[in-house]
Amino acid sequence: MNALRRNVLKGAAGAGAVAVAVAAGLLKPTQAMAAWNKSAFEAKNVGDAMKGLGASSPADSKDIIIKAPDIAENGAVVPVEVTSGIAGTTSIAIIAEKNGTPLIGNYNLSGGTQGFISTRIKMGQTSLVRAVVNAGGKSYTSAKEVKVTIGGCGG
Amino acid sequence: MAEPMRIRATMAGDVADVKVLMNHPMETGLRKDAKTGQLVPAHFIQEVTATINGATVLAAEIGGGVSKNPYLGFKVKGPKAGDKVVVNWTDNKGDKNSAEATIG
Repeated sequence: MNALRRNVLKGAAGAGAVAVAVAAGLLKPTQAMAAWNKSAFEAKNVGDAMKGLGASSPADSKDIIIKAPDIAENGAVVPVEVTSGIAGTTSIAIIAEKNGTPLIGNYNLSGGTQGFISTRIKMGQTSLVRAVVNAGGKSYTSAKEVKVTIGGCGG
Repeated sequence: MAEPMRIRATMAGDVADVKVLMNHPMETGLRKDAKTGQLVPAHFIQEVTATINGATVLAAEIGGGVSKNPYLGFKVKGPKAGDKVVVNWTDNKGDKNSAEATIG
């Protein structure tokens, strides 16, 4: 009697695991979408944004090079290039420290993609543009000040 | 919202230099319409993924802080001329777009 009960339980657990695995496999695309890091993107300050990224105290690194203009006349379009010389860079995040919502984007690199991201961002006012790089489970950061003459976040 | 997206991918040595230009308003939801004084609803790309020959090379999450008509450049080591680059994006309203190009 007891043995049968064991078997039933085992069977149920096994079937459950299969169902979960199938669901995980099938739901990958939608899962990725649902995974958009809401808490990090809606964070109103740099600390919370970093926490959302899982990088609360990144180490300063000279191997991260941020290429951005010293003075941006139009805050709506600020070209930013981040190059990470750290081996095994897996992600690069860009943060404009004084924006209403500082986190600009988080770029996950895989399969031979080099530690390089080039994009254009909006900046509300003069502030530091910070890059947070994840490499080998550790986070590193670097920042560069960009002076903004006309803000680009709203009118 | 199926506006065209432009991709240019060129080989520089053994590194593919991929440049993507997406067409999107990228509204943060914080901007006011100049005429009505109402907030313009948020409408921005949230996810961008790029694959080369089916293998994911970049999975980006972006927010409203990226400029209108986002530009994205990245470099991938390994691919060959003739390989296929596919870029997909999804925005906060669930709109999607996809484009592909051949590395030249």
